[in-house]
Amino acid sequence: MAVAARKAGRAGTGAANKTTSTKGSIRGAAPNSPQFDKNQDLSAYNEMLLIRRFEEKSGQMYGMGLIGGFCHLYIGQEAVVVGMQMATKEGDQVITGYRDHGHMLACGMDAKGVMAELTGRRGGLSKGKGGSMHMFSKEKHFYGGHGIVGAQVSLGTGIAFANHYRENGNVCLTYFGDGAANQGQVYESFNMAQLWKLPVVYVIENNRYAMGTAVSRASAQTDFSKRGVSFGIPGEQVDGMDIRAVYAAGQRAIEHARSGKGPYILEMQTYRYRGHSMSDPAKYRTKDEVTRMREEHDPIEQVRRRLLEGWKLSEDELKAIDSRVREIVNEAAEFATHDPEPDPSELYTDILL
Amino acid sequence: MAIDILMPALSPTMEQGKLAKWLKKEGDQVKPGDVLAEIETDKATMEVEAIDEGVLAKILVSDGTDNVAVNTPIAILAGEGEDVSAAASSAKAPAASAPEAQPAPTPDIQAEGLADRPAPAERPQQADVSTPAAPSVITNRTSYNAMAEIPEGTELVNMTVREALRDAMAEEMRKDGSVFVMGEEVAEYQGAYKVTQGLLQEFGAKRVIDTPITEHGFAGVGVGAAFTGLRPVVEFMTFNFAMQAIDQIINSAAKTLYMSGGQLGAPIVFRGPNGAAARVGAQHSHDYAAWYSNVPGLKVVAPYTASDAKGLLKSAIRDPNPIVFLENEILYGQSFPVPKLDDFTVPIGKARIHREGKDVTIVSFSIGMTYALKAAQELEKEGIDAEVIDLRTIRPMDTDTIVASVMKTGRCITVEEGFPQSGVGAEIVARIMENAFDYLDAPVIRVTGKDVPMPYAANLEKLALPNVAEVVQAAKAVCYR
Repeated sequence: MAVAARKAGRAGTGAANKTTSTKGSIRGAAPNSPQFDKNQDLSAYNEMLLIRRFEEKSGQMYGMGLIGGFCHLYIGQEAVVVGMQMATKEGDQVITGYRDHGHMLACGMDAKGVMAELTGRRGGLSKGKGGSMHMFSKEKHFYGGHGIVGAQVSLGTGIAFANHYRENGNVCLTYFGDGAANQGQVYESFNMAQLWKLPVVYVIENNRYAMGTAVSRASAQTDFSKRGVSFGIPGEQVDGMDIRAVYAAGQRAIEHARSGKGPYILEMQTYRYRGHSMSDPAKYRTKDEVTRMREEHDPIEQVRRRLLEGWKLSEDELKAIDSRVREIVNEAAEFATHDPEPDPSELYTDILL
Repeated sequence: MAIDILMPALSPTMEQGKLAKWLKKEGDQVKPGDVLAEIETDKATMEVEAIDEGVLAKILVSDGTDNVAVNTPIAILAGEGEDVSAAASSAKAPAASAPEAQPAPTPDIQAEGLADRPAPAERPQQADVSTPAAPSVITNRTSYNAMAEIPEGTELVNMTVREALRDAMAEEMRKDGSVFVMGEEVAEYQGAYKVTQGLLQEFGAKRVIDTPITEHGFAGVGVGAAFTGLRPVVEFMTFNFAMQAIDQIINSAAKTLYMSGGQLGAPIVFRGPNGAAARVGAQHSHDYAAWYSNVPGLKVVAPYTASDAKGLLKSAIRDPNPIVFLENEILYGQSFPVPKLDDFTVPIGKARIHREGKDVTIVSFSIGMTYALKAAQELEKEGIDAEVIDLRTIRPMDTDTIVASVMKTGRCITVEEGFPQSGVGAEIVARIMENAFDYLDAPVIRVTGKDVPMPYAANLEKLALPNVAEVVQAAKAVCYR
């Protein structure tokens, strides 16, 4: 359902510039944000809402003891992955770190399969053997889901290397956070990517905190778009709460990479509402800060306002979308709760081919 | 007074080389820094520079001479004011008596352990080395069952381990366009140890890729490429440097197939020299066989002979799993017979009985085999008939072959250069305990590298490594002799 909506959104991208007449009527829009047409806004709303509701449900199920271990929620950051995905074409790959549920849903992976993986059941996308941080889908070109902070940057560069080797015209979107941006292998990868002009877009999701460490306490250079300067990699800072800005920057970056000019860095300035993981002390930032971000910059609320005020959708129409999304999430939760655990014989499978 | 100019060593492991070309001739005035000659080994080329001032009085080893031993006098320099002809005639040992012209070692000579590390001062066996090259036929006590994998009547060609590895990569690259080689100095430099010699010329820069010095990064790039179905062969200049990359080898390459429920594997080979070379100190001498063998999701291969190196590397490149392929710098230059077949492979996970025997089982792998085989010869003189097993693959370990042998001999020792604690030997002992305890007539003894970081000093390094006497002693101990 959500996937279908996204496809419609993509189909409508050609009309993006025709909607400028509505610009003045949209409150909260950044002055230079390119406009979305109605289909794009609808698609963005669907996709982001699915992630939001899915993550809320995950948090709830974690609280009920159905999800174990670590569970890193993406709430607040939805515009980043949904906007970037809108700028991709079939065949482009995605790889990310451990806060990955949103990326999987945006890539079109089945919500049931994702949720059942969170609960460690046999119907999970990794048969229950990977967990929250480790899911993959070759079919959807999603390469994980990696629990070692920064490892995905070298891996994503390798996927881009393979695109270059095969000359297939695909681009690999390699996501990592402000925390991972301080890992050494990130710069080893930047160097090789620029040296060999690999088709990779590095999407740095700067949500301001690496676990509980504020960016300013961990990074000598807090402008992450400049982290590629010494390699000559272009970068830009993007309002990661505004999906239109994300989409526009994504198009520029992907076009750059696809045309053979090499890597591109996008620093997405975003925010996570929830803790780093479920057991977060929440002592490193104020409640006010979180509240202010939610009230003034929420990526979904921005689109919702456009749908109501710009595209004149009714509250009922939005409610209908909301209930369809909730239905998908509830079905996923239901499945993930009742699907059996993996067969014990699965312990010794999938170790070697 | 006349000064001998000696054949220099290009590397700590070089024993001999070719005097390719003299750039000065007899009678030439020479000053420090002048290039006198060019020398070559299969690994590298170097210029010999003059250190002293004088006149080149006599050239003792002529252009184009192969197999000139390190430290052989190659020329005589007359000092300032010295009579040139008198200096020339002072030549004590003309080239003819130098220990040059050593033929390529035969497998049996390998078995005698004569290809030990260079220790010029004490090589009593030197004379044995000049035994004429045997035809490429396996003779004498060494049963060399590796050849069981080769059809009868197959022609065997003597080849170094280095050449065998190169041929394996080249053959697989010809067959499969998704195979590529990446690493530091693999392309234009032709390989830090010349293992990738000629690959750039045949396959081009797209498939033979020089990386920056960035192990962590390029290991990850290799794994990422492998996730998409390419088949990278990632060379580490040594496995010591792979420590920078071990996260990608273990967390990304080895675990992803399992974590993805079987969807996404990494068909990748990590290869390069492992373990001690000679006089390179603690940070360049570590044997990682036990480390990688601890990890489910990896296969760990450590060949000894050239034939196994070739056949196993070809199998490794075709294998859909991540493979850690541990080579040994000392073995690179050693020659063994390799079957001349269009497509010779050796199965991963199968040990080989290198020498059959009935009194005691010696299990080893890689360079450990040189001690094991030499010890077996010594033991034979004392009436102990040792069976020597070359593991070849460390993981999955061929327990069946070990256990069958122990059931036959009732006694076992293990030989490796790695550290004792949690080593490969410890694992072998555990498996024997679990599978053949009732067949043992004596506790198994491990012969290992000593439990110390590798020292630099020649005498200490020698003490830190296992030696033939220790293997002999251990074998006798388990035989209660």
